[in-house]
Amino acid sequence: MNALSRLFAKPWLWSFAGALLVWLAAIAFTGGYGAGGMITAALSLAVFTVVVGVGQMFVITLGPGNVDLSLPANIGLASAVAMKVMNGDDSLVAIGLAAALACGFAIGAANYLLIWALRIPPIIATLSASFVIQSIDISYGRGLQIKPPPGFADFTNIQVLGVPILAILTALFTAAAAVALQRSIYGRSALAIGQNLSAARLAGVHVEMTRLFTYALCGALGGLDGALLAGYFRGANVDLGNEYLLASIAVVVIGGTSVAGGKSNVPGIWGAALFLVLLLTMLNTFGVSAGVRLLLTGLIIVAVITAAGGQKVPR
Amino acid sequence: MTESSIAAPSSPAAIGGLNLRRHLRAFLPAFSLVLVLLAIAYLNPRAISYFGFSLMLNLAIPIALATIAQMFVIAGNDLDLSIGTFVGFIGCVAATWLRDAPFVGALVLLGCIAVYAGLGALIHLRNLPAIVVTLGMSFVWQGLAILLLPKPGGRAPDWLLAIMSVKPPLVPFPILAALLIAGVAYVGLMRSSYGAILRGSGGNAAAISRAGWSLLTAKVTLFALAGLFGELSGLALIGITTSADANIGNGYTLLSIAGVILGGGEFVGGRVSPIGAVIGALTLALAASPLLTFLHIPPDWQVAANGVILIIVLAARALISRKGSDRR
Repeated sequence: MNALSRLFAKPWLWSFAGALLVWLAAIAFTGGYGAGGMITAALSLAVFTVVVGVGQMFVITLGPGNVDLSLPANIGLASAVAMKVMNGDDSLVAIGLAAALACGFAIGAANYLLIWALRIPPIIATLSASFVIQSIDISYGRGLQIKPPPGFADFTNIQVLGVPILAILTALFTAAAAVALQRSIYGRSALAIGQNLSAARLAGVHVEMTRLFTYALCGALGGLDGALLAGYFRGANVDLGNEYLLASIAVVVIGGTSVAGGKSNVPGIWGAALFLVLLLTMLNTFGVSAGVRLLLTGLIIVAVITAAGGQKVPR
Repeated sequence: MTESSIAAPSSPAAIGGLNLRRHLRAFLPAFSLVLVLLAIAYLNPRAISYFGFSLMLNLAIPIALATIAQMFVIAGNDLDLSIGTFVGFIGCVAATWLRDAPFVGALVLLGCIAVYAGLGALIHLRNLPAIVVTLGMSFVWQGLAILLLPKPGGRAPDWLLAIMSVKPPLVPFPILAALLIAGVAYVGLMRSSYGAILRGSGGNAAAISRAGWSLLTAKVTLFALAGLFGELSGLALIGITTSADANIGNGYTLLSIAGVILGGGEFVGGRVSPIGAVIGALTLALAASPLLTFLHIPPDWQVAANGVILIIVLAARALISRKGSDRR
């Protein structure tokens, strides 16, 4: 009983409940047809949101105003970098992935440089940076027609018993991220900074290093996501990351992480990502038009966040 | 412009330093606008004319109105990520219902303000993160806009077209409009007694609440005002472009946030500046295209130039603020 009430107090439970609910609604509509396929498809698409969601979560953990708006531009540029370095050759996949990671890492570090050196609010710093990155991508990726190496493209689509291999790897990664958040010195530092910056600084937390690492980590995950997306969707594209601006923030907050910072959780990101993808699947099976789909998506997001309720005001 | 920040300096020298810093900070938005204007005047002297200003600043009116809308939300420590799609939806309403069935159109506009007020109430009562609620609403407005106007089209009502193409003597219309918008918002938020309460709800909610003011009313008022100015922005936009498109306002979300911050506003603490916000919007509108066109910057890099301009202005502001805090 006690364990049960503890479980219900978990902030991430609601996102999984929401995901289950929309899935049930979808298969009720199709009469059970395609129930498993829906989950497979949802898992393979949710992976991309989860990867950037984890990065965004660490950034949001740092406290009010901390959010990375440069992720879409980052994803676009990294996808182009990865495809150019891989050059359609299977033997260059590892180097291409490393290049995408390095590209994202550099973008994240540059973001923090703006925030730290110029004291610009993170929202505006990452927004301004994203304008610059977008231009670099447009000029660098112009007319880029390179397809991903066949081995890499196949890898992003491999399934084991209906579970995409990328989803399994991402699950392992998120488990590690959860441990890092709750148990490592880095994670605890990030949480402490989000709860009270001055107190964390006085307690000897390496504030600047932790924040630098967080933005760089988020950037690197964006870069990795760009490479994976280019593999999955068979090519790089300036607009590849566009939907991940809102999605990365939405999964973090729907997953039960506090936007005020200092109170985060990783499992909720999975629940929220599955919820958003399954919601789209459900509305597609209902066969509604684009306008109705957007309208319902918005209303359901508002309804879910209202039902889950806000956090108590910290005192 | 920084009336909300009341400090208690200890020595006369500190007071002088504090005032100087305050004034520097307050004039920075205006200074950056002058700088952009000087650059344009240098690059293309003919642009500095009645006709040139009417043309260059035309789109600044809806941007300024959207920025003021965002400013009201930011004054209450929230952020509205839906203002862009809301402006787009209002544009679609203006180009269809408001022309064909003015009564229905007017009702819809009133209803939208009520929705915004309701969102404010919802956010306050359930203690929800405004970012997520408005994120959801951005899908709602976009969906409604697509349902209303699946293809670009429609036509603005004649009275709206007439208003937006007024040619007053001597001073170009966009400049008059900017003065009017800044004046109204300034008097309302910075000079009225309830305006002080509204800013206070962002600065120190507990103090305002203990002084007997309703935080719910304050939040609802701020959001309703944001809705009202968002609608004015949509109407002004359609008055200029004459027809609508469901995606017409999408860029306004980020533009409006950047405008508020460029104008000296801060994300927390109810510290905003209506005059600064309008100046910020004008700077953005000018820096966005006329300046870059005159500089012959290739289209690929125009977006980057926008980012760099934002960074430079904010860096200058940070420099001024930091000098002050070092002295303390």
